[in-house]
Amino acid sequence: MSALQHFFAMGGYAAYVWPAYAVFFIVLIADSLAPGLRRHRVLRELRARLARQSARQQRHSPPSAPSA
Amino acid sequence: MSDWIPLWLHKLGSPPTFYRFAGALQPWAMTLALLLGAIALYGGLVLAPADYQQGDAYRIIFIHVPSAWMSMFIYAVMGVASFIALVWRIKLAEVVAMQSAPIGAAFTFITLVTGSLWGKPMWGTWWTWDARLTSELVLLFLYLGVIGLYHAFEDRRQGARAAGFLAIIGVINVPIVHFSVNWWNTLHQGSTVNVFGQSKMAWDMLWPLLTMTLATKFYYVASLFRRARTDLLDMEGGKDWVRRIAEEEADQ
Repeated sequence: MSALQHFFAMGGYAAYVWPAYAVFFIVLIADSLAPGLRRHRVLRELRARLARQSARQQRHSPPSAPSA
Repeated sequence: MSDWIPLWLHKLGSPPTFYRFAGALQPWAMTLALLLGAIALYGGLVLAPADYQQGDAYRIIFIHVPSAWMSMFIYAVMGVASFIALVWRIKLAEVVAMQSAPIGAAFTFITLVTGSLWGKPMWGTWWTWDARLTSELVLLFLYLGVIGLYHAFEDRRQGARAAGFLAIIGVINVPIVHFSVNWWNTLHQGSTVNVFGQSKMAWDMLWPLLTMTLATKFYYVASLFRRARTDLLDMEGGKDWVRRIAEEEADQ
């Protein structure tokens, strides 16, 4: 058995050791990606709200007034 | 507020200042976490020898024990921050408390699953209702309860207060988790690592464990800062400093 095979075999406990490490990494990767996705969504919604606000302001301002 | 609190701490409590501060430190914390984590993995999976009783199955310890410590540590942070938020009504303390909950729940979940995967080959069972395992499961439910209660309110600050109250009551469970192996007869082994005194573990196995513990601490800081920054943007959506950030990022 090569050294690498020996390593992956984990002395016969591969079926327990590697899933444990997989869970550790999958959960933490998901945790570290979540705030980035939420940040993207929060800022997109905020920009949409700001755009709606400025559109409303322009509609309500008198036509003779110079637009800001 | 009280004048014994230094001015810089007051300033750090203001959302835009904390947003910049956390943004500057977060990449460093994440880099350290990844670096220390990689070193610990190499030490634990490659360099450390197999255990004379458990063979290679014991290597689950390098993620199981640091995760278990984080599950309790983060709960304690959440409890203290909730207390500060309830007493002094500091917005940032609410954010820290509520944004810690999902990270703590993640570590508690990892602890339970890796423990189960370790228990099967060593004890012959995935799960047993003994004191350590049950109290750790209660810890997960407390985290989920805090998250659920927080989101159950229309008004976020009201939700944070209610959930903070639950978090403070739940602090009682943290010493129960920690001392359960001493107080009750349990299948779970006692502590191998001792802060005050001799650890019952060879140095070859101990240093990867301690390094991974440090890595998870830095990971928590990084994740908390990311979550808190995003939460502040959401919370302060109407303020000028958030508008500027929204407009700047639209240009990119």
